[in-house]
Amino acid sequence: MSLVNEQAVPDPTTLMQMYERMLLIRKSEEKLGELFAAGELPGGVHLYIGQEASGVGVCTHLNDSDAITSTHRGHGHYLAKGGELRAMIAEIYGKADGVCGGMGGSMHVADVSKGILGANGIVGGGFGIAAGAAWAARLDNEGAVAVCFIGDGAANQGTFMEALNIATLWKLPLVIVCENNGWSEYSATETVTAGELGDRARAFKIPVYDVDGNDVVAVWRAAGTAISRARSGDGPSFIETRTYRLRGHTEAEVHFLSEDYRTEAEIAKWSKRDPLDFARQQLRDAGVTDDTIAAAEDRVAEQVTRDAEAAATGDAADPGDVARHMFHQENC
Amino acid sequence: MVKRRLIPAINDALFEEMERDDKVVLLGEDVEISMFGDTKGLRERFGPDRVRNTPISEAILTGMAVGAASRGYRVILHMMFGNFMYTGFDAIANQLAKLRLMTGGQMAFPVTIMAGFGGGRSIAAQHSDAPYPLFMNLGGLQVVVPSSPADAKGLLKTSIRGNNPTIFLEPGGRGGAMGEIPDGDHLVPMGQARTFREGTDLTIVAIGAMVKPALKAAKQLAKQGVEAEVIDPLTLVPLDEAGVIRSVRKTGRLIVVDEARDMCSAASHIAAVVADQAFDALQAPVKRVTVPNVALPYAPNLEQSVFPDADDIVAAAHAICPTEFAKKDQSL
Repeated sequence: MSLVNEQAVPDPTTLMQMYERMLLIRKSEEKLGELFAAGELPGGVHLYIGQEASGVGVCTHLNDSDAITSTHRGHGHYLAKGGELRAMIAEIYGKADGVCGGMGGSMHVADVSKGILGANGIVGGGFGIAAGAAWAARLDNEGAVAVCFIGDGAANQGTFMEALNIATLWKLPLVIVCENNGWSEYSATETVTAGELGDRARAFKIPVYDVDGNDVVAVWRAAGTAISRARSGDGPSFIETRTYRLRGHTEAEVHFLSEDYRTEAEIAKWSKRDPLDFARQQLRDAGVTDDTIAAAEDRVAEQVTRDAEAAATGDAADPGDVARHMFHQENC
Repeated sequence: MVKRRLIPAINDALFEEMERDDKVVLLGEDVEISMFGDTKGLRERFGPDRVRNTPISEAILTGMAVGAASRGYRVILHMMFGNFMYTGFDAIANQLAKLRLMTGGQMAFPVTIMAGFGGGRSIAAQHSDAPYPLFMNLGGLQVVVPSSPADAKGLLKTSIRGNNPTIFLEPGGRGGAMGEIPDGDHLVPMGQARTFREGTDLTIVAIGAMVKPALKAAKQLAKQGVEAEVIDPLTLVPLDEAGVIRSVRKTGRLIVVDEARDMCSAASHIAAVVADQAFDALQAPVKRVTVPNVALPYAPNLEQSVFPDADDIVAAAHAICPTEFAKKDQSL
């Protein structure tokens, strides 16, 4: 069993990069929330606000040859893995220059050139895709890995067990990262989930890490251990990041839910454990000055404004592309 | 020319394509021992990385085919029986058939999912379905149902070599039929129907294992003075609409024989296409000879009572060609 080195600390540059990436996710999603509320976006958006440390702590260890699969709450993973912000917002607007040409929208942002195999609208839809990508990586034998981001809700799909079984048996370079935010859509996790999620993975005798998902350094440590293990051909790991979504399941829920399903106290409790506050403190502890932090915040704010404006002005998606994209045009 | 039965012809196709391209990989339940014989010898020839027995976990396997294909492999997934595809249906319907469009054409899925299918063998309803209508309705899949050894071989090679996901269904009842196969790299194109018998009075479109009773019926009808043209569409998606229409314009009458259940079947779709494009050419209503909307029963006499055979096709012909018969009978 691989143990996490509790003493491992990211160097200040890495920590700063992680903070800036988390901030980029936060600010761009706040922007998306505003745009949705203003009726500017055609579909719904499921925001990742509050969970940024989880995606960023993991993806910091990955490069473009590594694959990730994401969830319906996928903007954060896309940005953490290096996806381009303007192209993502353009996609959510349904524009021709969106990262998927306006064919997928918020729940399906993907950039295959960066190993982002897509957010997915089917809960648990990523298990097979990530396991298949991990199998491909094993056949390629070049040290690439696949990370499957899921929520706690997806751990109740049967494919979770199927993925753990085959990945363990075939020693696939697969890391399953379960972001446990306490809610399966509108059902509290404890009302729909028996036992501990980690125990399900422990049954396969693979490394299991249970970390504070709002502490980017804790996530970075566990992910580093799990990903190096996968790279060296020793098989899969499971990481549970305990976190919370500070926004609703979907921004649209205010329009159709007749009652609150979470208490103000619960939201307030988790607001005090904001992953960005944690990371900012860690930066200060590492000797990074407030001026440097403020400069990063300005950079991010400027980028979000610029990219959101650029995304809004693109051409509408082209109906002619629908039939063109359904099948590959070069067939045998 | 060599003579081959259907299963060895399929086996030849797999050998040839795996030999030709080392990115072709095959996985599935018991593909090493090979229940039907179609994957026999592949593991010995191509090794355990490229030919892999899997757990009985259809839901993850279809997802893995998607993931491995998205990373550059040409995946052949053998699912044994058509009915078992239902267990793996989610990733076929929600991922494989859709992700190319949803990612704006970023992904290609050279995936061939193969299985035996069909009734008439007393293996009861959970092993006897003709599942192709479901796949035809998904939009992003090619659906191949050959009947002869030569077409099975040529179409399987085309499926594996192509860049689009393909459902390849082996008609179970035809495994023993012998046929001649052209020498060399025998490829059969998608979307080109094959005429097995030419005729002037009636078109019989027969799918998969239904070609055999259709040819038998055509022989009987010929004795009664009716010359039936028997066409096998070979691929249901893409469908050779022009080929079917051309024949119907010549004969003025159409029977479609399909061992899927009648509702929303390939037969009903072909009937709709003809009604749409050649209504003026029809001298009689289109007849569908299909399985009624029941599960196939086990006992041989029960199964035969609902399964299409040559007598059913002759009866359908009598119902739409009475004048023709009378005229020809008088002339005898």
